[in-house]
Amino acid sequence: MLLVPQVAVIAVFFFWPAAQALLQSVQQQDAFGTSTEWVGLANFRSLFSDASYLASFKTTAVFSLLVAVLGLAISLLLAVLADRVVKGALAYKTLLIWPYAVAPAVAGVLWLFMFAPSIGVVSYALHRAGVNWNHLLNSNHAMTLIVMAAVWKQISYNFLFFLAGLQSIPKSLIEAAAIDGARAWRRFWTIVFPLLSPTTFFLLVINIVYAFFDTFGIIDAATEGGPGRDTAILVFKLYYDGFKALDLGGSAAQSVVLMVIVVALTVLQFRFVEKRVNY
Amino acid sequence: MVERHPWLTFLTHAVLLLGVAIVAFPVYVTFVASTHTAEEIVQTPMPLLPGNQFWHNYAAALTGSEHGPGSSAPVGRMMWVSLVSALVISLGKIAISLLSAFAIVYFRFPFRRFFFWAIFVTLMLPVEVRIFPTYKVVSDLHMLNTYAGLTIPLIASATATFLFRQFFMTVPDELVEAARVDGAGPMRFFKDILVPLSATSIAALFVIQFIYGWNQYLWPLLATTDENMYPVVIGIKRMISGGDAAQQWNLVMATAMLAMIPPALVVMLMQKWFVKGLVDTEK
Repeated sequence: MLLVPQVAVIAVFFFWPAAQALLQSVQQQDAFGTSTEWVGLANFRSLFSDASYLASFKTTAVFSLLVAVLGLAISLLLAVLADRVVKGALAYKTLLIWPYAVAPAVAGVLWLFMFAPSIGVVSYALHRAGVNWNHLLNSNHAMTLIVMAAVWKQISYNFLFFLAGLQSIPKSLIEAAAIDGARAWRRFWTIVFPLLSPTTFFLLVINIVYAFFDTFGIIDAATEGGPGRDTAILVFKLYYDGFKALDLGGSAAQSVVLMVIVVALTVLQFRFVEKRVNY
Repeated sequence: MVERHPWLTFLTHAVLLLGVAIVAFPVYVTFVASTHTAEEIVQTPMPLLPGNQFWHNYAAALTGSEHGPGSSAPVGRMMWVSLVSALVISLGKIAISLLSAFAIVYFRFPFRRFFFWAIFVTLMLPVEVRIFPTYKVVSDLHMLNTYAGLTIPLIASATATFLFRQFFMTVPDELVEAARVDGAGPMRFFKDILVPLSATSIAALFVIQFIYGWNQYLWPLLATTDENMYPVVIGIKRMISGGDAAQQWNLVMATAMLAMIPPALVVMLMQKWFVKGLVDTEK
C-alpha cells in the first residue's frame, strides 16, 4: 500500500505518456485530432529523409561535443589548481559552485544581454577589437554564444566532481613520483590523469546528457534555435515541431528517437559503473 | 604539496581568481544593469559601475507597475509560484520515494520485483523526451495552469527512490529486530527510526530537488498559459519581446537577479548537503 502514491504517479505521468509516444509515432494525426491513421514506420522514414532533422542531429553533435570538451577542460584546470591551493580552497570552491543554481533559461538571458549586438558590453568590446559580432545573423556566433552559456553553467558541476576525484588520489603515489624526479607536468599526465579517467568518463556522459536535454532553456532564451534553424538541437526541434508546427506523428517519432539515445547513454553509463567497481 | 615554488603558487592563485572572475562576470553585469535606468543601459558602452536605481527597479519588477513592450506581470507573484512548485516538487518527491523505498526494502509482497523495475525504468527518460504525450495527459485531466499540473509530472521519476533504497539497505538488521522486540509496528519503525536516520540524505536530496524544481523551464512553458501561474524563469523569457534596444533591460535584469538569488542561496548555505546530494544522486 505504501507503493500506491509513487506507482500511481509514474503510471499516469510516465508509462501512459511513454506508451502514447510510441503509439503516436506510428500514426498520422491531423492537427485537430479528428482523424487518426495507422502509418507504420512512415513517420520514422520521413524523419530520417528530412534534411532539417539530419541537420539538427549534426547541430546537436557539434554542440554537445563542444560543451562537453570545453566544460571538462576548463573545470579540470580549475580543479587541479584548487587542489594545489593550501589556503583558501574552500573559498574558491564556494565561489565556483553557485552557477549550478542558475536556471538554464536565466543563464541564456544573461549571456544574451552581454552579447546583444547593439547594446551588449562584450559585443561592444568585440566591435572595438574589430569583430562584427551578431549572433542574430551569423550562425557561428550564435553557436558560440550558446556553447559559452552552457559551459558556464556546467563548470561548477564538473569542478566539484573533479575536485573530489583529485582528492581521492593517494598522495603517496605523487610523492613517490616526485622522488623519482618526475616534474609536475609529467606527474599530472602519467599519474593523476589516468587515475582520474573514471571520473572523466562519467562526467563526459553526464555532460552529453546535459547538452542534449537541459540546455533547452539556454537555447530558447538566447537564440530560439536561430538564425534559421542553425542552433536548433534535437530537443528544441521536438518542441518546435510538436507545439508550434503541430506535427504530432513526426514529433512523437522524434520522442522515440530521443528515448533510444537516452537509453543507450544510460546503458553505457551503467556498464561503465560496473567496470569501475572491478577497477 | 610535494614541492613549493613561490611563483607557481602565485600563478595558481592568479588563474583561480581569473576563473572566479570570469564565472562571476555575467552576474556582475546583470547586477549593474539592474541598478540603472533603461536609458542608461542602452547607451554603448553601458556603465560598468552600479547606479542609483536599485530600489526603484526592484520595486517596479516585483509589483509589475511599469509597462514596457514585453510582458509586465508582477515578479512577486511569479516568485511565489516558483517557490510553491519547487517546494511541492522537492517535498512531494521525497515523501513518495521514502514510502516506496520503505516498501521495496522491508516488505515481501507479490510483484515486488516488477514494481522495482517499473520504478527503475523511469530513471532513464527525462521529462523532455516524453513531453508531448505528458502534456496531453495533463490537459485531459484539466490540470493546466494549476500547481498540480506544474509539479506532479516532474515528481514522476525515481532518482529519490533509488537513493533511499540504497540507504535503507545499509541500515543494520539488528535495528529492525530491536524495534520489533520492543513492540514497534512497521509504521512506527519507519517514523521513529528510518526517517530520523535518513535525515542527511533527505536534506541533500531536498537541495538538489529544490534547484531542479525552481529551474524547470520547458515543462512550465507548456503547462501554463495564464500569467498568474508563470514561474519566474518563464517570466523572464516573456519579458524579452524581441528587439535589443526597446527592452526595459533594467527590469529584466532585476528579475534575473531575483530569479537567481533563492537557488544560489540554497546552494551556498547548504553547501555540504548540496555536494553530498550531487554525489549521491549520480551514483
